[in-house]
Amino acid sequence: MPFNELLSDLAALYPSDRLLTAAAQIMPYESDGLTAFRGRPSGVVLPVTADEVVETVRLCHRHDVPFMARGSGTSLSGGSVPVPDGLVIGLNRLNRILRYDPLHRVAVVEPGVINLRVSEHVAADGLYYAPDPSSGPVCTIGGNVAFNSGGVHCLKYGMTANHVLGLKCVLPDGEVVTLGGESLETVGPDLIGMFAGSEGLFGIALEITLRLLPRPEVYRTFLAAYDTLSAAGDAVSMVVASGLLPGAMEIMDRLAIDAAEAAVNAGYPADAQAVFLVELEGPREEVAAEEVRLMKLLDDSGATEIRVAKDDAERLTFWKGRKSAFSAVGRLSPDFIVQDGVVPRSRLGEALGEIERLSQEFGIRVANVFHAGDGNLHPLIMYDGRVAGALENAERLAGEILRLCIRMGGSITGEHGVGLEKRAYLGEMYEAADTRTMFAIRDAIDPKSLANRGKMLPDAEAPALASHGAHPLEQQGVISRM
Amino acid sequence: MESPQDIPAVQELVRAQSRIRVRGGGSKSALAAEANVSLAGLSGMVQYDASEFTFTALAGTPVREVAEQLARHGQYLPFEPPLADDGATLGGTVAAGLSGSARYRYGGVRDFLLGVRLVDGRGELVRGGGNVVKNVAGFDLPKLMVGSLGRFGVVVELSFKVFPAPERTSTILAEFGHLDTAMAAVDRMATSPFDLMCLDVEPPNRLWIRIGGIGDALHARLARLTSLLEMSDARIGMFADDAEIWQDVSQFRWARENANLVKIPLVPSEVPRLEARIARWNGEVTRRYGVGGTVAYLAWSEPTVREGLESTLAAAHRSSLALWGDWPDPRLGPSTDNAMSDRLAAALDPQGKFAIAAAVAAPPGS
Ligand SMILES: Cc1cc2nc3c(=O)[nH]c(=O)nc-3n(C[C@H](O)[C@H](O)[C@H](O)COP(=O)(O)OP(=O)(O)OC[C@H]3O[C@@H](n4cnc5c(N)ncnc54)[C@H](O)[C@@H]3O)c2cc1C
Repeated sequence: MPFNELLSDLAALYPSDRLLTAAAQIMPYESDGLTAFRGRPSGVVLPVTADEVVETVRLCHRHDVPFMARGSGTSLSGGSVPVPDGLVIGLNRLNRILRYDPLHRVAVVEPGVINLRVSEHVAADGLYYAPDPSSGPVCTIGGNVAFNSGGVHCLKYGMTANHVLGLKCVLPDGEVVTLGGESLETVGPDLIGMFAGSEGLFGIALEITLRLLPRPEVYRTFLAAYDTLSAAGDAVSMVVASGLLPGAMEIMDRLAIDAAEAAVNAGYPADAQAVFLVELEGPREEVAAEEVRLMKLLDDSGATEIRVAKDDAERLTFWKGRKSAFSAVGRLSPDFIVQDGVVPRSRLGEALGEIERLSQEFGIRVANVFHAGDGNLHPLIMYDGRVAGALENAERLAGEILRLCIRMGGSITGEHGVGLEKRAYLGEMYEAADTRTMFAIRDAIDPKSLANRGKMLPDAEAPALASHGAHPLEQQGVISRM
Repeated sequence: MESPQDIPAVQELVRAQSRIRVRGGGSKSALAAEANVSLAGLSGMVQYDASEFTFTALAGTPVREVAEQLARHGQYLPFEPPLADDGATLGGTVAAGLSGSARYRYGGVRDFLLGVRLVDGRGELVRGGGNVVKNVAGFDLPKLMVGSLGRFGVVVELSFKVFPAPERTSTILAEFGHLDTAMAAVDRMATSPFDLMCLDVEPPNRLWIRIGGIGDALHARLARLTSLLEMSDARIGMFADDAEIWQDVSQFRWARENANLVKIPLVPSEVPRLEARIARWNGEVTRRYGVGGTVAYLAWSEPTVREGLESTLAAAHRSSLALWGDWPDPRLGPSTDNAMSDRLAAALDPQGKFAIAAAVAAPPGS
């Protein structure tokens, strides 16, 4: 057994409390945020230094044992479901901020640093780390890099990859490479951009140099209510066409509003069919001028009600409803799947209409919360896992929505990654030559296919679907999906 | 020089030839020197939907042409690709990984490129990314192309996202007593929430600052900026009509009389050190530091400068790219190649058809 040989080498590297093999110890690592998938690893190691990670990867390579890096296990696509019989390398203890230079606005962090902690760490200097996934209080920067994660405020300044300046990584055979540096500018191919979003297939990020931004001087947050979802969608198009460049544009439909209200009581309009949240950010004079235009625009857009957050507290209340909407859906349904497809933003209305039609056809309720400014949908497909066939049915509906996104010229994933869940659709989105090339790239970087084997590329057997309920942290209300 | 007129012709060329080096508009002479294929014939917008704020164009499309079409709809590429007047193309801009001064505000070419189609070393047409503004499905081939100098394939088509152009712009020229005070002002500006478009340093003592946005707000924003600059004893000049100023920067007008131009990424604190070193080189060097002091552009004519440059790059561990001039290999300083890029090259170009500067790179007899 290759794993037993690996185990004896690992035992020399790790004390027993950081090398887990007993079933009860391993259980918490069996699934991620998409609880429908599970995989049983042979063991889990918890390194505390980058050197330990590198040595572990080398040992896995020597013994031909597949491995998977794990941050906080909040992936929503099955990306951090263990490779069956492989090794899980848990990175949560690599959680130091190694260097912080406020003047040049960079922070060098270990992969296990929690996303939100970066902004907290630098806040006193008027800086922040822009990418803000709603799992921010728990997910790790390493996981964010692996998935090129986004968030509500990625409309203007982009996703994780746009904020990483440097990376030190260990490739799947244990070779360590350093990519980029601390400058905004680079020469040579953008290997950082290539590593970001590779879903763990290129190895493990050990050190990440993040770019920090000065906090905008002011935020102005608007909430507009509409009689129909399509009217809200049209309002987005109007804002986009007007030449304004908001920091965030989000829409929630009636079902999502109901869920949010039940959970956090954000005070959203009681009779609206859709709520549109827009946030302006920037220098105060600029935002004041933009505000006049946005107000007029929202007035003309047929909004039934328009509110402007009068202070920071109200702004946070507006966002709280939005950010908690998904975990709140747990109040409407015992189980749900979040989809993450993208459509051209000028075709949002059409896409939503189709989703509504599919929802009726399948007899499955779907709530919608989405990054409207990017055309990134997050249909929330509700089902009851205790009913036989319900999960499979929900997954079929999810698949139809992905096909819809592909047909409209969009993408199967805007920020949650392909993972296990959407592997079958990668080949529908891309031509055969495109996926062949992706395999060729993986084979060149990782000839033994050890790093997160079976994810993203549709080659290996997927662990079976099973209904397991919401993510434990989500059940506790610590995090919510977006 | 071969000049394919469509994508199948590019595929055929790649299959037939053992070596392919591409040129676009030839605006970056150091990168076009050894080219045997011109993509000038592969030009034109494929799709531009203004309401979508994205476009797809063939790789040989001049950036000038793109900028004009976008401007008609009040849109622009916020990284303002340089050398447009010299015929720079979209493909060449991506391959060189070159962004203009305005990259300071919203990011560079890497941040706006959404999708590519490329012909790989087997002659296969491969797509990466897409043409919607958000997409993380599959490996990010578009980003890999940025700065790749054609090493991984012939990029034939590109998709970008664009932004609404600022309604009005304005430029401040701030003159300081000394480079150090100018650099201190750079740090202050960069950590402030002023939302600058451009922040360029023209040694020895000048800062060029550009802001853009809604016309009504510009005056008040300028007033605030200037009062901050005056606190550090800067002499201020204002330019309401600033298009030409930045057009000149984009064209490297300040460097035009020189035969050589190189780009060196760095961090702002290295600027004074680099200035001190350059003063000791043998020959006159004209400089400009862009993007808040994170990139140096150096220009010169005397061949004796090369030696000083090379020893400085080696000592400072800085990689650099030659844009103009006659170089055996435009990649200067420590190599940016590593195990990851080598493996990617092996995957996309197994026969090494796209190798950069093969004459220098290949060992004798190989
Ligand atoms: C409630 C909820 C809300 C969410 N909201 C958002 C959102 O708004 N936007 C968004 O984009 N995503 C969101 N997500 C998805 C998820 O949080 C992100 O994908 C996040 O980046 C995962 O981080 P993690 O630390 O949990 O990584 P994990 O789930 O542990 O790992 C994710 C993937 O990254 C790999 N990986 C982890 N660390 C490393 C490393 N150091 N090097 C290489 N590979 C590594 C793993 O192997 C795995 O494939 C949400 C998830 C939940 C549960």
